[in-house]
Amino acid sequence: MTGQPGQSSEAIEHLLRELTPQVLGAVVRRFRDFAEAEDAVQEALLAAATRWPEDGLPENPRAWLIQVAFRRMTDHIRSESARRHRESEAMLEAMRMQEPATVDAAPQEDDTLVLLFMCCHPALTPVSAIALTLRAVGGLNTAEIAKAFLVPEATMAQRISRAKQSIKDSGIPFQLPTSEERAQRLRAVLHVLYLIFNEGYTSSGGAQLQRVELSREAIRLARSLHNLLPDDAEVAGLLALTLLTDARRLARTSADGELIPLMQQDRALWDREEIAEGIALISAALPKGSLGPYQLQAAIAAVHDEAARPEDTDWPQILALYDLLRRMSDNPMIALNYAIAAAMVHGPRKGLELLDTLSSDSRVADHHRLEAVRAHLLELAGDRDAAVERYRAAAVKTANLPERNYLLMQAARLASEKESN
Amino acid sequence: MKYILMMNGTKADFDGYAKWSKEDLQRNVAFMRAFSKELKDAGVFVATEGLGWPQEAKIVRADKNGEPVTDGVFPESKEFLAGYWIIDVESPEQAYKIAARASAAPGPGGKSGSMPIEVRQVLSGFADLGI
Repeated sequence: MTGQPGQSSEAIEHLLRELTPQVLGAVVRRFRDFAEAEDAVQEALLAAATRWPEDGLPENPRAWLIQVAFRRMTDHIRSESARRHRESEAMLEAMRMQEPATVDAAPQEDDTLVLLFMCCHPALTPVSAIALTLRAVGGLNTAEIAKAFLVPEATMAQRISRAKQSIKDSGIPFQLPTSEERAQRLRAVLHVLYLIFNEGYTSSGGAQLQRVELSREAIRLARSLHNLLPDDAEVAGLLALTLLTDARRLARTSADGELIPLMQQDRALWDREEIAEGIALISAALPKGSLGPYQLQAAIAAVHDEAARPEDTDWPQILALYDLLRRMSDNPMIALNYAIAAAMVHGPRKGLELLDTLSSDSRVADHHRLEAVRAHLLELAGDRDAAVERYRAAAVKTANLPERNYLLMQAARLASEKESN
Repeated sequence: MKYILMMNGTKADFDGYAKWSKEDLQRNVAFMRAFSKELKDAGVFVATEGLGWPQEAKIVRADKNGEPVTDGVFPESKEFLAGYWIIDVESPEQAYKIAARASAAPGPGGKSGSMPIEVRQVLSGFADLGI
């Protein structure tokens, strides 16, 4: 072993997470059993996390991990074969002959990409895909993922186990998707990363207590994907979107944990570096001419982040971008945001008209966000009583506690203004 | 010893809460946050959750095929769980003391409340069922 003992645990953790998909890729290529390989790699990571801080980093950390994982795999096969048949012995012998040093020769850059496609396969439910991606590609351990999602560790372990079984049952191969499938499969990957980011960004309270920040992790994975596919505009769009949104994170909550909406945030708290990077990414992606929903959302976030003060916001541009976005997707949340932008450009009554047409959309008619937006526009239109009622209706429906508090306080504020008049 | 401390409310309680002033809401929210932190600092905290509004709740029964049949709730007189804390303490007296803290959460006008908090012991041995 070389390297000083006492290497910072953070540095080791960072290194292990980077190496995880590379190591997993090597083991899967060798043994062709994704589920078992993933478990073997987990054990290797645990061994490293225990030994490296004391013994110092090995000379070739990647090879060290692969070697430990290989041994775990052969041990597993041996115990399996002891229960089954003899010909495995021959296979074992052949494997033992080939030490990892020779296998390690060419790091496969594609492996991270293959793993991402695999873990985000549309056959998996979003919840399964998220858990598996965070472990197999993100290199987080089960306890960390469980903590991030506020479920017991055993529950998360089972979730991951079942996800791997689904992959096994569906016969998804360990290779890049064909060119016909690629677009759809890439969309699935972007969707999973977006969900991870959203989970981290909108979660409250527990966030400070978590060792792992989900939104940071989503950004890290999006960045890896961008480095692997630098010419893909939607991938760049997703990375830009996450950076431009994450930039506002510190301004979103008050010291008391209260939610602060975009138009009321202290923009001095926005992260200028993240904004600069996000704007650079989206500016480079848009001219490529393969416009997509993530690029459009990133562009909208960029317009917001570029405004020095709320009153400087270029709402006509945002409206135009949402107009493009709603042609691409019939997601009612986009229609909702379009209505808000329309209200800012053409007045609250116009926005309310658009919301009325949304009320007949059963996907969103009962949604707390529709009520909240309606409340806000009614307030802008001067219809105080109706606004108070709608804020309370929205508060009753939301599943997020800080949001509920925020909406009740809006209702209370408006109600007291009325009394003092 | 684990105890669950449950805060219940009638429809009238919930409706009333929704109409509190901004200051009253802020004070109550701040109290709840501080209370949870107290429990954590004291090393007795196990869990706490706030629940969705009772209006949004469903009563689910199985039909003859085992499929769920959902109904709305909210008969006027019933009480609904608003939230709970689970604590791990050395004695029932300690649990009651903590429940009294929760009960005193500030209400309208900032007055210390006296909300009834139901305290039940959480049964041990559940883990032995292999869960």
